[in-house]
Amino acid sequence: MKAINKKNIITVLFILLMYAAGEIMLRQGIIDSYIEINIILIGINIILAVGLNLVTGFTGQFSLGHAAFMAVGAYTSAILTAKFGQPFTVAILFSAMAAALAGVIIGIPTLRLKGDYLAIATLGFGEIIKILALNIDYIGGARGFMDIPKYTNWTWVYFMVVISIVVIKNFINSRGGRACISISQDETAAEAMGINTTKYKILAFVIGAFFAGIAGALYANYFYFIKPDSFGYMKSIDILVIVVFGGMGSIAGSVVGAIVLSLISLFLQNIPELRMVIYAVILFLIMVYRPQGLLGKGEFKLKFLKRRLA
Amino acid sequence: MSVLKLDKVSIAFGGLKALSDISLTVEKGQIVGIIGPNGAGKTTLFNLLTGMYVPTSGEILFKKNDSIKLNGLKPYKITSYGIARTFQNIRLFGDMTVLDNVKMGFHSRTKCGFFSSVIRLPSYYDEERKVNEEAIEMLKILNLESKKDELAKSLPYGEQRRLEIARALASKPSVLLLDEPAAGMNPNETKELTNFIAWIREKFDLTIILIEHDIKLVMGICNKVYVLNYGNLIAGGTPEEVQKNPQVIEAYIGSEGA
Repeated sequence: MKAINKKNIITVLFILLMYAAGEIMLRQGIIDSYIEINIILIGINIILAVGLNLVTGFTGQFSLGHAAFMAVGAYTSAILTAKFGQPFTVAILFSAMAAALAGVIIGIPTLRLKGDYLAIATLGFGEIIKILALNIDYIGGARGFMDIPKYTNWTWVYFMVVISIVVIKNFINSRGGRACISISQDETAAEAMGINTTKYKILAFVIGAFFAGIAGALYANYFYFIKPDSFGYMKSIDILVIVVFGGMGSIAGSVVGAIVLSLISLFLQNIPELRMVIYAVILFLIMVYRPQGLLGKGEFKLKFLKRRLA
Repeated sequence: MSVLKLDKVSIAFGGLKALSDISLTVEKGQIVGIIGPNGAGKTTLFNLLTGMYVPTSGEILFKKNDSIKLNGLKPYKITSYGIARTFQNIRLFGDMTVLDNVKMGFHSRTKCGFFSSVIRLPSYYDEERKVNEEAIEMLKILNLESKKDELAKSLPYGEQRRLEIARALASKPSVLLLDEPAAGMNPNETKELTNFIAWIREKFDLTIILIEHDIKLVMGICNKVYVLNYGNLIAGGTPEEVQKNPQVIEAYIGSEGA
């Protein structure tokens, strides 16, 4: 096993090809600005869902406060770019680190809790962040933060999506990732096998928060304007729905989930009266007929593609 | 040479004294049986040894090169010092493959960190290859190699028990705690298990402490037997001595006068 092998080369080529295809279509105007907004939103949702999947799907820690980490990232990036004129690279890095720090601060006390208790505690944390943002005038308070420079584009979003998937996938397929999965399976046994369960739960939480921070920065610097309400518990639940819909414990599932759910709500915009009703019915049907989510615990494999092509 | 020494260990849950003043020593290389009626505190004793519970009073000493006091250490720390266990109600990682279950046992002996696994440094590949080889080796020894890619939950009961032992052995323990290894097995399987336990002790140079209700198994392989009743240690000695002890007979079948 080496880092440079046939499979990895094909993967890298595929990633670059996808990027080039997107870039060319944007330049040629095949993708108009309306579709571009949706692609950017899908990308941001993928980053959020993959991060939350590590916490909820793989490590089994039910978190309802993921949007709060996104808020931390979004406001950090907004302050750095709009008030201090920092370049986007710096802003993204600091957003991610600020969100990760928030992850540590909130993770250490709450991750002692389990199941429903953890869900409520993280929900509360999410509301605290929102209310803090509402009450700090420096970042606009309830009026929202305006005039954020627009830096986010297809290139940024695409490569941030790739980075988040690669980092989390590599982590899952390693010693630490196995430890996280074992915690979701049986925490007592995991601890008896020599796993520092607290450490790995916090680590998963912090990685998830880190990427949520990046997603927040991408969001803030795309829409010029952010307000605390965008990061309430409804946003957290949206992300959780993507994770459960795609399959808890499947990274490919989170990607597919983010894309499919965005497309569904996109098509439903033509019938605004029934939009939320049909959306809910679709979610309901999926959960009844496929409770493990679209992909279950499955992942995309090259082997699978080969079989299809042969 | 003793490996484990308990000195007046007690634990109380609120007003209930689950174990009181247990003092015993375990010699290196022995197989020690712990028996007693249901609710006597046998599994509680295991939970104390592995750090799941913290004793209310008393001292647990583990001797490796120097003495380590186990009271108050976290379970994962104790595992890294070389005490591994199995559970009474099997606790495998059901949705992980048989191979991954065994790999979990290597956790405390490997050290690949977050960054080297994410950036995939050469050390990651080296360690993964080594863990993979050793895990397969372990499965071969325990005759489970053909099932390495199956999910742990899909194995039949007896094999799940064996996998749990394989997982515990993967952490290279010097002391292995088996909680009712023969539970749910028929006489034939129990006999096989008896030979198996004796064999792994030789092969891995272990000290084994086991909780068991199957008296044949206990009398067959244990060098020493301790009897618990209502949280008290009522007897300890060779299997023959314990069998003749009037207090033990009373605990199991009642006294003659009653």
